Amino acid sequence: MMPSAALLTDATTAEGFLLVLAIVLPVIGILLLFALGGRYIERIVLFLIPAGLGVAAAVFTAVWRGGQALVYFVGGWEPPLGIALRADGLSAAMMVTVAIVIGGTALFARQEFGQPRGRPEARAPLVFWILLLAIWAALNIIVVGDDLFNLYVALELLTFAAVPLVCLKGYEDTIKAALRYMLFALFGSMLYLFGTVLIYGAYGTLDIVLLAGRVHAEPVAWIAAGLMTMGLLAKTALFPFHLWLPPAHAGAPAPGSAVLSALVVKGSFFLIVRLWFDAMPGLMNFAAAQVLATLGAGAILFGSVLALRQQRLKLLIAYSTIAQIGYLFFIFPLAAIATAGDPWSGFGWTGGWMQLFSHAFAKAAMFMAAGLIAETLGHDRIAEFGGVARALPITTFTFGIAGLSLMGVPPSGGFVAKWLLLQASVMEGQWWWAAVMLVGGLLAGGYIFMVLGKALSSTDVPFEARDSVARGREFVALALALCAVLLSLVPLRPSEFLQIGRPAVPVVAPP
Amino acid sequence: MMNAITLFGLCGPALVGLGLFGLITNPQPVRKILAFNILGSGTFLLFGVIARRGAAAGLDGDPVPQALVITGIVVAFAATAMAIALLLRLFEETGRASLNSSNPNNASETTDAS
Repeated sequence: MMPSAALLTDATTAEGFLLVLAIVLPVIGILLLFALGGRYIERIVLFLIPAGLGVAAAVFTAVWRGGQALVYFVGGWEPPLGIALRADGLSAAMMVTVAIVIGGTALFARQEFGQPRGRPEARAPLVFWILLLAIWAALNIIVVGDDLFNLYVALELLTFAAVPLVCLKGYEDTIKAALRYMLFALFGSMLYLFGTVLIYGAYGTLDIVLLAGRVHAEPVAWIAAGLMTMGLLAKTALFPFHLWLPPAHAGAPAPGSAVLSALVVKGSFFLIVRLWFDAMPGLMNFAAAQVLATLGAGAILFGSVLALRQQRLKLLIAYSTIAQIGYLFFIFPLAAIATAGDPWSGFGWTGGWMQLFSHAFAKAAMFMAAGLIAETLGHDRIAEFGGVARALPITTFTFGIAGLSLMGVPPSGGFVAKWLLLQASVMEGQWWWAAVMLVGGLLAGGYIFMVLGKALSSTDVPFEARDSVARGREFVALALALCAVLLSLVPLRPSEFLQIGRPAVPVVAPP
Repeated sequence: MMNAITLFGLCGPALVGLGLFGLITNPQPVRKILAFNILGSGTFLLFGVIARRGAAAGLDGDPVPQALVITGIVVAFAATAMAIALLLRLFEETGRASLNSSNPNNASETTDAS
């Protein structure tokens, strides 16, 4: 289905400058940190985080009220020669999610990576804050980018910020994890770029809105889309490209793990959706969607089973991320393949995005909880968790309610997401995905209760807290977990909001 | 003239294929990084060919791909530099530039065992 003419004639909208602001603010922070050094971390970050949250909220309300996408042509040059920034309902929702998680992470990390006055400046805090802001900037470019090459650069920025975060501690294991991550990322980025080159060669533009009208289902489009998708899958860590994820996400410091698991892998997923739904809407067919969702189903089963077998909490959470990423890929068969006038594809679409948002909040909270537990105990071996619930009641509670989202139990955003996906898969006659989701939910319940059961058990050995944890950090993790719960209270509005500024969901008849 | 363009056009994908093969089959990180650069060269070469083929309006080539290639080279260079830096750091820590430790078949699982 062709996008309506109104979409193609977008001019820079009044609030378009907000998109530039969303990208420029974190970059200003990076430059200031480089120039001024570690002493000013607190002041710079304390100013930037609320400002960034404000911009994201402003973009959200502008899209909400206007009912159309915000557009900004950089330098006043229109595509195909210029680069457009474009925020539809989806981008706005992503931007707010990113801002909230980054803000929570910043509050959580203030103690661990603060630069106390009067002490000599350490390198790690400065690097951490620079990387955090760089991830924020890169994600904002990804969600508003409307040019495939611009998105390639943003993807690389995201990788360059995420990889060093993995090895911030500088241990041998974490450096290996970072290098492995980097090698997967190199593979992914070059495949993406090669696909971009083919698209430019065939269609003469890289602007997503223009491409939507030009791309036809022909070999060159198929090859380009296949290569780009494979590259992006490597960066998203979808099964079977997941090998790099567990050591990388488990090796990073807790706030780093939170951002990596909650946001960074979603950046490349967002691009896969942009590619198939927005840039090449006519290309998706039943077989391609089934292949992507089969990989997702493999991720759910494989990730969950391996999570059950882990002995260390951070690795367990990392394997759970692999499983939860799998659900996202059900968006392809459930939202892209439907008969005309079928309302169920809307269910699949909203369900997929609810899964992304609720997982972002829940997983960030969970990694923070794991970090607090590890700090208190001095280790994260699940078998020795006896008495944790007594020492850290708030953190254990946080872990539990974040777990609700992963399992898909009400009340949680994860429940709404999985319920919508289940309904869509049953109503569209693709019941096999529903079966996988049910098994995945059971397995998730298994690994969540495995941890909670140990944490709630009492122990014969007297509990030794190695270090006490500030209450404030526990509340930050709790607040993020509550965000995942609150998502369940807005179940129907999102479907409309996520459609703002987008062409109608492309309709492909099932075979 | 057409022949040269076709020749370069075929060289690009050939390099891409070689690079991909190397990236996937070589276990050593240094070779993987080199293979990534071959893959990148093939991609940039193809982009150059596309610029030449798309020449119009009296220009020698379409300027957009040329601008993109330059950016792409910078990004690929930065990526290479970062991968090498990580590798050097790993070499400093362990004395080896290899990702394998005890179990060469499944390196990613070794960190899980502890």
